[in-house]
Amino acid sequence: MSGAEKINAKVSNIIKLNDLVTRFEFERTDGQLFPTFSGGAHTVIELKDGDLTRRNPYSLMSDPMDQDGYSISVRRDDEGRGGSLFLHNNIKIGDDVVLSHPVNLFSLDLRAKKHLMIAGGIGITPFLAQIKQLDRSHGNWELHYSVRNQSLGTYVNDLMAMHPNDVNIYYDDEKNFIDIVNLLDGQPLGTHLYICGPKGMIDWVVNEASKLGWPNETIHYEEFLAPKPGKPFQVKLSASNKVVNVGENESLLEAIEREGVDAPYLCRGGACGQCETSVIEADGEFIHRDHWLEDDDKSSGKKIMPCVSRFDGKTLVLDR
Amino acid sequence: MSTFVFPESIKSRPTYGKLQNKFGKAYLFIADAEGAEAIIELASKDPALMQKAHVVYIPKDTGDQFLKDLNNLNINQLYIGPSYSAAQSRIIQAFEQASMGLQVCLSGTEGLIGQALRDAMAAGIPHTSIQTEHRGSVSRRMQCVHCKGITEDVISDPFVCSHCGLNLFVRDHYSRRLAAFQGVCIDAEDPGNIPDSVELYK
Amino acid sequence: MTIQFKDETFRDDYTFKNSEWAVKRFPFPFHEDSYMYSVNMEQHKGGPEGSIYEKRFDVDEHYISEMRDRSEVLKDDPLRCQSLPHMTLAGWDLLELIMISKSEDYPDLFELHRNGNNWRWINKPMQIDHSFTFLDDATLPYGPMEYITRQTQGDFVILDQRESNLWMDAGMVTTQADWSLDFDIGMNFFEWHAPVPKAHEMGIFTRALKFLLNIQQGAPARRLNWTMTVNPLLDTSPENYHKWGVQKGTLNPKNIGEKQYLRVELQTFFRLPRSNALVFPIRCYLASFDDLMTVPKWGRRLHRVIRDLPEELATYKGFIDNRPMMLDYLSQYDDGKPTSDGIWPDLQTEPARD
Repeated sequence: MSGAEKINAKVSNIIKLNDLVTRFEFERTDGQLFPTFSGGAHTVIELKDGDLTRRNPYSLMSDPMDQDGYSISVRRDDEGRGGSLFLHNNIKIGDDVVLSHPVNLFSLDLRAKKHLMIAGGIGITPFLAQIKQLDRSHGNWELHYSVRNQSLGTYVNDLMAMHPNDVNIYYDDEKNFIDIVNLLDGQPLGTHLYICGPKGMIDWVVNEASKLGWPNETIHYEEFLAPKPGKPFQVKLSASNKVVNVGENESLLEAIEREGVDAPYLCRGGACGQCETSVIEADGEFIHRDHWLEDDDKSSGKKIMPCVSRFDGKTLVLDR
Repeated sequence: MSTFVFPESIKSRPTYGKLQNKFGKAYLFIADAEGAEAIIELASKDPALMQKAHVVYIPKDTGDQFLKDLNNLNINQLYIGPSYSAAQSRIIQAFEQASMGLQVCLSGTEGLIGQALRDAMAAGIPHTSIQTEHRGSVSRRMQCVHCKGITEDVISDPFVCSHCGLNLFVRDHYSRRLAAFQGVCIDAEDPGNIPDSVELYK
Repeated sequence: MTIQFKDETFRDDYTFKNSEWAVKRFPFPFHEDSYMYSVNMEQHKGGPEGSIYEKRFDVDEHYISEMRDRSEVLKDDPLRCQSLPHMTLAGWDLLELIMISKSEDYPDLFELHRNGNNWRWINKPMQIDHSFTFLDDATLPYGPMEYITRQTQGDFVILDQRESNLWMDAGMVTTQADWSLDFDIGMNFFEWHAPVPKAHEMGIFTRALKFLLNIQQGAPARRLNWTMTVNPLLDTSPENYHKWGVQKGTLNPKNIGEKQYLRVELQTFFRLPRSNALVFPIRCYLASFDDLMTVPKWGRRLHRVIRDLPEELATYKGFIDNRPMMLDYLSQYDDGKPTSDGIWPDLQTEPARD
């Protein structure tokens, strides 16, 4: 079996937070306790959509020490491949789901003398769990959270009520932006910087921090990378001797799994490296979208990360 | 010339580069002996850098050989002290008062680089972001794995632990936390059988 | 079976002895007639009944005496147990993992009663009955890692995961194969393995690290490693090498069967949930050559492995000088017959010795 260990669960509650974001809460069907986890961890949720098995990663946002339930908050993406739409439109209280054990690719550096968190939009979710973790250990943290407007300020009220001195909110529509240069300048030695949000925000903050001389080792970010739809293409799986058609709205990894071929994975978001697959033959262009492969790996045409990357061309043969 | 090319060794053994100007509002240089040359070379390429620099320099046996050149660099804050331990409290204070983005540049002997790196790490600076350049003596700071005592400036192998008196051989295994190489009893299996001591890298 | 705990020593008069039960379940580390490094990892999810793989943390007849030896080592040198400040949460993770595993796997020996964060831990073999508050350091006599590893066989190293590497930032190390926690603490995976010959060039550590970084909660892994020790000395530390190194010279053809020990480490790896650290228990098992020769397959195989081992490895493992004497002894037990695959004794199916 691929991926992390699985937990059978059911939807125990669905709470609409605003026009775009809904929280889904889960409890175990076997009556046992959930494993604890570390702030920043995600779970891969497995959903049956007709013949299709959807597997989507979401940050766990509940209290890491709370073993009675897990929660995720999902932003509806009207332009994606329908994973978040499916959750929003089709999932009901009581539905069965399969969750993976938590996997953390965005963990806190517990040596930090201070944790400086920068969130944009739905990028707030991993920080919610990290803040709960740090509160238990009396950690030193500070959050700067940028949202589109008051009505889309997911969890703004909760955060402000509980941590009025550590949370700073910025509203785009009020032309109220994070003053990143002044914020980063003067932070004490030993501060670690965490960023989660849209790609543009991550690039901006990382770039400014680097220009101020922040070491790479102190800059941590998690980019929400969902597989993007793309032109259908065909792939031949050499080891299992199968030809698979990858549809417009499924990833290469999902198409491989649909054909019953067991392929390794963990994050399904181009970050962990687990699904790295060797290319045996290719005549066409790779559309590499992952953060894992080095540039020379990408240009070599010898490797692909099937969770997020695609192909456009005549022939693709993979060692799978 | 005060540079030495260390032969390739095991992965715990530190390696050194060349000091460079990088992004950063403030610079802290810590150097001993011929390590001054690395600062002087960098300043000759980029004199303006010295106006945001704090330099802690320990001449050791080079005496006043580099002092005039250093004094001519227009360094914002220059301290010249007799030993690392004499300078240590002001070094630690400099870290406490610094903010993220401080560039740390260490040059000179392995013992000086190691101790300053250890104190910088304790202040929260990742060791991989600290610039180092070896200059001068190839002597080592050694920890006796048996009594834990540190012997400074070891230049021959084997050597006698200055604390417990055991005859130790010089390993390349290195601890950043202790800022020392490991010394291990050379005649443990055959007491009294101690080979002649030879100078390191000769 | 009920374990009969022994009263024995691992120093001075060396009264340590394996029962027949312990010899038959000894983790013989060679699955074929030769040895070279490999990333020989497998899932740690039980094993044959009674084998050392069956439980998450194996308890055997040497438990009480090993714990007494550990406490002696720590009195002499408290630096054998250290935890960098950011590793306390991982220490609690480890305490929780061991207490839950042992109370579930050995309910007749260990009990854990939990009411929220109010925990009561009962360790019957060591006569401990202790109530404390989970995650409150002040309610334990030692830090959480030290507290639980003073009650658990094997060395423990806790690895922090950062920057796509593993950092040895805490440990309890008193039964080690000649490496120093005090020296190595704070090093990354490649640095603390730096002294191992050949394996870096073979890419072993790069592959092993990749595997370990991806170990997930609920999916522990394991492997075996081995070396040689003269006398059943658990604490073969560099710190005391000037005291025990001389024992290597006391071997002679008459005493080698009882004095020369094969030292095997069962290494396991568990992801810790709250800290995202990885714990690396290193459990040491000792068996004398005489013990091992009671299994014909092991006698044949050990001779062939030691005979054909590359010189660098025999030097690194510290027995190059004694290898000829070992081979004189072992060759008597190798009649040239083929051996079956795998590490198990296969007493029923393997031929008796000629």
